[in-house]
Amino acid sequence: MTAPKTLYDKIWDAHLVHEAEDGTCLLYIDRHLVHEVTSPQAFEGLRMAGRSVRAPEKTIAVPDHNVPTDPDRLSGIKDEQSRIQVELLRTNAHDFGIELYDVDDVRQGIVHIIGPEQGWTQPGMTIVCGDSHTATHGAFGALAHGIGTSEVEHVLATQTLIQKKSKNMLVKVEGELPPGVTAKDITMTVIGRTGTAGGTGHVIEYAGSAIRALSMEGRMTVCNMAIEGGARAGLIAPDEKTFEYVKGRPHAPKGGEWEMALEYWKTLHSDEGAHYDKVIEIDAADIAPVVTWGTSPEDVLPITATVPAPEDFTGGKVEAARRSLDYMGLTPGQKLSDIEIDTVFIGSCTNGRIEDLREVARIVEGRKVKDGIRAMIVPGSGLVRLQAEQEGIAQKLIDAGFDWRMAGCSMCLGMNPDQLAPGERCASTSNRNFEGRQGYKGRTHLVSPAMAAAAAVTGRLTDVRDLM
Amino acid sequence: MDKFTNLTGVAAPMPLVNVDTDMIIPKQFLKTIKRSGLGANLFDEMRYDREGNEIADFVLNQPAYRSAEILVAGDNFGCGSSREHAPWALLDFGIRCVIAPSFADIFFNNCFKNGILPIALPQEQVDILMKDAEKGANARISVDLEAQTITSSDGQVFTFDIDPFKKHCLLNGLDDIGLTMERVDDIGAFEARQTAARPWL
Repeated sequence: MTAPKTLYDKIWDAHLVHEAEDGTCLLYIDRHLVHEVTSPQAFEGLRMAGRSVRAPEKTIAVPDHNVPTDPDRLSGIKDEQSRIQVELLRTNAHDFGIELYDVDDVRQGIVHIIGPEQGWTQPGMTIVCGDSHTATHGAFGALAHGIGTSEVEHVLATQTLIQKKSKNMLVKVEGELPPGVTAKDITMTVIGRTGTAGGTGHVIEYAGSAIRALSMEGRMTVCNMAIEGGARAGLIAPDEKTFEYVKGRPHAPKGGEWEMALEYWKTLHSDEGAHYDKVIEIDAADIAPVVTWGTSPEDVLPITATVPAPEDFTGGKVEAARRSLDYMGLTPGQKLSDIEIDTVFIGSCTNGRIEDLREVARIVEGRKVKDGIRAMIVPGSGLVRLQAEQEGIAQKLIDAGFDWRMAGCSMCLGMNPDQLAPGERCASTSNRNFEGRQGYKGRTHLVSPAMAAAAAVTGRLTDVRDLM
Repeated sequence: MDKFTNLTGVAAPMPLVNVDTDMIIPKQFLKTIKRSGLGANLFDEMRYDREGNEIADFVLNQPAYRSAEILVAGDNFGCGSSREHAPWALLDFGIRCVIAPSFADIFFNNCFKNGILPIALPQEQVDILMKDAEKGANARISVDLEAQTITSSDGQVFTFDIDPFKKHCLLNGLDDIGLTMERVDDIGAFEARQTAARPWL
């Protein structure tokens, strides 16, 4: 009898091409997602070495980071460097035979939204992309992680990666989430608990009844931020919800292959007694709607708390907290729910899916965005945007005062014109509150879509439970 | 990729924890389609004001550290975005070695692809090297990759761990793609097995 395996062990073993004596492995990659920012130098490397793409049919390309989100973007990208990157992706996709979801295609969107949407993402796969939020795809029970540009070139040329196996970490969330608490609050609470380096060297498997109860959209939100906890990847065992989500999508298996795939996918769960190097257990009932106060995603507190003081921390975090408070313009002891904001950003690969937009619509129903607040919604893909329009959500959001944009990464990282001005403060459904992330000297508070909606209505960080 | 064997140089102290890759190279510089030329914008928002003037007290602007080749940093260095522009910017500035208590995974891997040696040491040892680095340009730290040692300016020697394969690649300046290409038959055989067992992939 073989030793019990974790889900990670199973996927790893199924993709091993070669293992050297020192444990250095060559791992096969089933799907490679490519975007315009981290790929130009990789394609240039291939050309210089006279190499081709080994498996173009396992590779897709989409421009997302640089694309403007204003409706007239089809008239051309004004920023010259952004335009060149997007054009170069088009040229590279064409020259190397890779399917491209171009700016004028309704299926265009954030790479981590369209992978699942198009059925490219399936259980048991290995998936990589030159983007740290590739962890998102782990929601399907796929081993998915970000890589650098040199590794992008390596995967293009060989369809493999040189890897050492990570450790196994289990994050178990049991019980029922209280009202107003969402997948985003789960994943942020975990990071608040473990720190941004808590998962370093590990692959996290999220399990427990609270995780199983989440929709696929919610599970993607949870896995998306595994990287913010330092983990290589996040994973959730696939179940009926997963299979239902994948079924019938354009690149999902069909007919007899679907039956074969399903049979295999049902084996993709951690065995009873499998070993984890680290285990974190959280009671879902203890999770509150949370916000970040600082400039690291580990700076997480319940909305009912107050801004901490540097002295509340130890080691290097004391100085880091002092720097964060200065950058964020906050005073220790101030109530988080008293912090006034200027901007609300709803979107990103963390929270740009249809369920997120439905949640925002539910909170703002019968209410308006507060005067003077810039509130933008950037759907994660053209198809999410279309679906929201068909469901009537888009009109409700527009009527409430939101700016309804085209799909892209947008203000999550501000590579396109959607940026914060210096000193501007934003309640954002994205994933990083780093200094300068959303714009030079911009101030980011990470929140769930429901909390972002509440902040848009009141003009300050707000406990969404007060509006429910 | 350039080989990494020995290095003796000025070490710049940067005790901040959780230095993220957005800090190392902000997004506006990711629009390049080249690997070179990013050194001028390394730590851009900490190093320059809005008008592009140097901020005098930032470590790499201080006369002692303008030609630093080693960075001694705080815990979890290189967290966040996978952008390889971060090691490209460090390298272009002239940094070939970063010493910290821990590194974020993707950044750590990206360094090795570019001839940069990231070294993780226990906090107490990093603290000693940080103090050494704070002495300025006369305090030069030496790194010997073959022997896996770091020698402080006053002769204290610390040993470090490194993955043997990564060490081999750095010492010889090897291109991984070339190495993997030697296994092309194994890759082909894997694909044949996978197609038979899991045709939907």
